[in-house]
Amino acid sequence: MRPVAVIGIGKTRFGAFPERSLRSLAVEAIHQALADAGVDAPAIEAFYLGNFAGPAFVGQNHLAPYIGTAAGFERIPCTRIENACASGGSAFFHAWQSVASGMYDVVAVAGVEKMTSQTTPRVTEILAEAGDMSSEGRAGATFPALFAMIARRHMHEYGTTREHLAAVAVKNHANGAKNPYAHMQKVITIEQALAGKPVAEPLTVYDCSLISDGAAAVILAPLARARAFTSRFVRILAVAQTSDHLALESKKDITCFPAVRAAGAKAYQAAGVGPEDIDVAELHDCFTIAEIIASEDLGFVEKGQGGPFAAAGCSAIRGKLPINTSGGLKAKGHPVGATGVGQICDIVTQLRGEAGERQVERHRHGLVQNLGGSGATCVVAILEAA
Amino acid sequence: MMSDLRPEQEQEESSSKAKSPFQHPAGIVYTETVVFAPPQQYVSEAPYQIAILDLEDGTRTTARILAECPAERVQIGDCAIYAEERDGVLYYRRKLNVNV
Repeated sequence: MRPVAVIGIGKTRFGAFPERSLRSLAVEAIHQALADAGVDAPAIEAFYLGNFAGPAFVGQNHLAPYIGTAAGFERIPCTRIENACASGGSAFFHAWQSVASGMYDVVAVAGVEKMTSQTTPRVTEILAEAGDMSSEGRAGATFPALFAMIARRHMHEYGTTREHLAAVAVKNHANGAKNPYAHMQKVITIEQALAGKPVAEPLTVYDCSLISDGAAAVILAPLARARAFTSRFVRILAVAQTSDHLALESKKDITCFPAVRAAGAKAYQAAGVGPEDIDVAELHDCFTIAEIIASEDLGFVEKGQGGPFAAAGCSAIRGKLPINTSGGLKAKGHPVGATGVGQICDIVTQLRGEAGERQVERHRHGLVQNLGGSGATCVVAILEAA
Repeated sequence: MMSDLRPEQEQEESSSKAKSPFQHPAGIVYTETVVFAPPQQYVSEAPYQIAILDLEDGTRTTARILAECPAERVQIGDCAIYAEERDGVLYYRRKLNVNV
């Protein structure tokens, strides 16, 4: 395996764009990434697309060549990857493998989802299919419900409180308010977060990520050739992808995600760094409790301490370990297939020192964690500034 | 060939579902939530409670909780007993007056 670099990034704003097509969003992000890398579309040798439910959301299947040809890719393998909310991260993992293995030199990855053209109950139903429809799905478990049950148990075992959950929402909204690409640019207070409309007890609307449209893209090349394209490349130290059962009831302990722990351990080992070396992280906060648990599973804090860590301001932009400086899925938005690729773009921006007023002080090592379903897929990537 | 296999498969599935109430063990609530934003299919039923139960036979299941009012809902540690099965969904209800 040879070292690989991210040589270009591109993304649309995340939000509700009724006038935009799925394809036009994806092509916009890809063209931005190509321009950022200084690469022409015909130079791309393979294309990987992360998309969760294009067929259900917009009635279009066979999406990779549908988008690849519109982006200007010529006669190359175009492949769609579906792993629920980790579709984007999985596409990145497979693209990275294809360059690291020596198979290709210049590869494009994109993630896209267009969700806002459906009603909320219909979106809820489509998302629920990322869980086990033969057990929890049949009982009426939505994704907020699965994470609400996780939160209840975490509160029961570790004393995590509603205020801890709200602290994550307040922080991510504060960060999103400074991100021009974020779906929601609105600062909220703890009181507002606590008084939110219930979605699945104990979670309110302020604990849940947004239903969004959007796309993100990155261009990869061998590290040895990166400088020939750009001086603003970022090195990929490691990418790991792991899996677990879909159904929550199949897990012994639902207050942690074994797939996250395994992906983190593999990535740290391959990268030769530990949690203490990470300067900035984008974690998969599909729900506030998910960020709390990810911070524990990845070794940033002791088990059960994720809530107090957030409430003490340790994960704020000026905190000990800034988490979700983009606003996270909570405020930036969660166009499912785009999320994992968007997280890579956000960390690359931080490692390049280009995050403006959200820029963190130390930015040598960045970590991305992308979660599928209630923990059945996890992708962890560790990147290093050039 | 496929059409020959189909009835057999269906038969197998329906026979495995046809348990008598005595075959559904009671359980302890491992976790629970009340769903206020349901999927389209269950819009008319919300809000409703679901729970993961640690059953007496050592397995876990995700079930709907039968509750006429919020006071009849379950909490972690409560004992729940089988009530009925509707459209393939298992319904449990809180067992009253027990010390867990």
